[in-house]
Amino acid sequence: MEKEYDLICIMCPNGCRLHVDKDLNVTGNKCLRGVNYGKAEVTHPTRIVTSTVKIDSHELAVCPVKTKDPIPKEKIFDIMAEINKISLKCPVHIGDVVIQNVCGTGSDIVATREILQ
Amino acid sequence: MKQKDLLIIGGGSAGLAAAVSAYDAGVRDILIVEKGPFLGGILNQCVHNGFGLHEFKEELTGPEFFSRLVDEVKERHIEYVLNSFVTDLTKDKVVSYTNREDGFVQVKAKAIIMSAGCYERNAGAIGIPGDRPAGVITAGQAQLYMNEYGYLVGKRVFILGSGDIGLIMARRMSLEGAKVLGVAELMPYSNGLNRNIVQCLEDYNIPLYLSHTVSRVYGKSHLEKIEISKVDDHMQPIPGTEMTFECDTLMLSIGLIPYNNLLNHIGLPTSRSRGAWVNEHMETKLDGLFSCGNVLHVHDLADNVVEEAKVAGKAAAQYLDGKLPRHEELIKVEPGDGVGYTVPCEIDLANAEAVVPIKFRVRKPSKDVYLEFKFNGETIRRIYKQTIIPSEMEITPLKKELFTSNTGLLTVSLVQKEAK
Repeated sequence: MEKEYDLICIMCPNGCRLHVDKDLNVTGNKCLRGVNYGKAEVTHPTRIVTSTVKIDSHELAVCPVKTKDPIPKEKIFDIMAEINKISLKCPVHIGDVVIQNVCGTGSDIVATREILQ
Repeated sequence: MKQKDLLIIGGGSAGLAAAVSAYDAGVRDILIVEKGPFLGGILNQCVHNGFGLHEFKEELTGPEFFSRLVDEVKERHIEYVLNSFVTDLTKDKVVSYTNREDGFVQVKAKAIIMSAGCYERNAGAIGIPGDRPAGVITAGQAQLYMNEYGYLVGKRVFILGSGDIGLIMARRMSLEGAKVLGVAELMPYSNGLNRNIVQCLEDYNIPLYLSHTVSRVYGKSHLEKIEISKVDDHMQPIPGTEMTFECDTLMLSIGLIPYNNLLNHIGLPTSRSRGAWVNEHMETKLDGLFSCGNVLHVHDLADNVVEEAKVAGKAAAQYLDGKLPRHEELIKVEPGDGVGYTVPCEIDLANAEAVVPIKFRVRKPSKDVYLEFKFNGETIRRIYKQTIIPSEMEITPLKKELFTSNTGLLTVSLVQKEAK
């Protein structure tokens, strides 16, 4: 890398203050997740996207969903557009795939709540 | 009147975890009374991720996190009622609640766990000058509309207060197509977790105006615009620093307050967290009445709520077995310089486990400091902190043997490290 970075790790609420040097060495982390985050954030940042999808339930108007894996940050709004195109029918279970390989990211959109009726 | 060994007020993270832990410690006759239509409490609307790393060793969304707790409750066939609002609680532990099916119900409980959570500070609490139009809403309310009812409450949004819910909603509404114009924070530092500043504001290019507040609200029937101003050292708006934003929504994320009214009503002492005064077993000053979770003090992590609730659940079981006697010799715990409150407020060393966790928040962000634990004037533990901020709760475990007596005063203070 051309420069060094001071980052806040977002992998958990600890919010460790990371330093990433030009050789991609990460310091300031409390766990291994911080090393991976630090390296990824300065090379190719990724995020988990969470949102909701319309559902025909009489208990809830929408069902919460997430990307099963972290996706490239620049794809967030493309993925949101896909999520907002679909609607679900009950029953839905945690982990049910609602969109496969969303926007070619290799990650599925999965339901994060059970809604039976 | 119905009888129960253990009645739990609130079926959110704290109530569910307390129920499971009480059950696993041998209590069978349990009733959870939940106000809402689902178990899980506020996590029903927290569709974002970041939960469970501590408790379940993986990153979960709010619904996934509470679903695991609900599964544990259901596996144990623990009884619960939904849509049931607790209206009263007496000193002899009679709890009254109402719901549509059963009407008015009174239950005499041998032990009670209070786990009713917290509520949001709202517009009335801060008295912003100007009009009183529609479109001013608390962040948690906007989150409920968005994530359970499917309504986006506005298209051009300004946020007052940098609490975590406001930051999470800044991202959520941006994702759903709203324009979030900015966040104003009265203090010179953010009140949210650092990770949320990064992934909720910076990721979406939302400006954070520190040392700013909303100084006027404009709008006849619906919000039309707001004015923000920089504030001075006394938190007063500085004339000449005004900026205006045209917006249809002003979202407030200005603090959470323990919903401890039922305990206040019977005159139980409170701590500086505005929750109940509790000892190391989360027991209040009333025998057999325990408190845990956000009704005791506002947590930043649901994982910490669960851990605290497990202590309360187990303690309730001990109490029901007659194994949690009160002793006259007690250690008082008080916040010292730079510390806002502590949980617990009191330690009964004769009952305490091998390690007593002391939870507290500092009053302002500090660098290069020691956390100093003094017992009867003598330093028993000192921990160096490079940085420490109010939005992150500190938990320091103190070993029982550090206390040289069963009585006295424990203080927690922030001490600046002297320059070499």
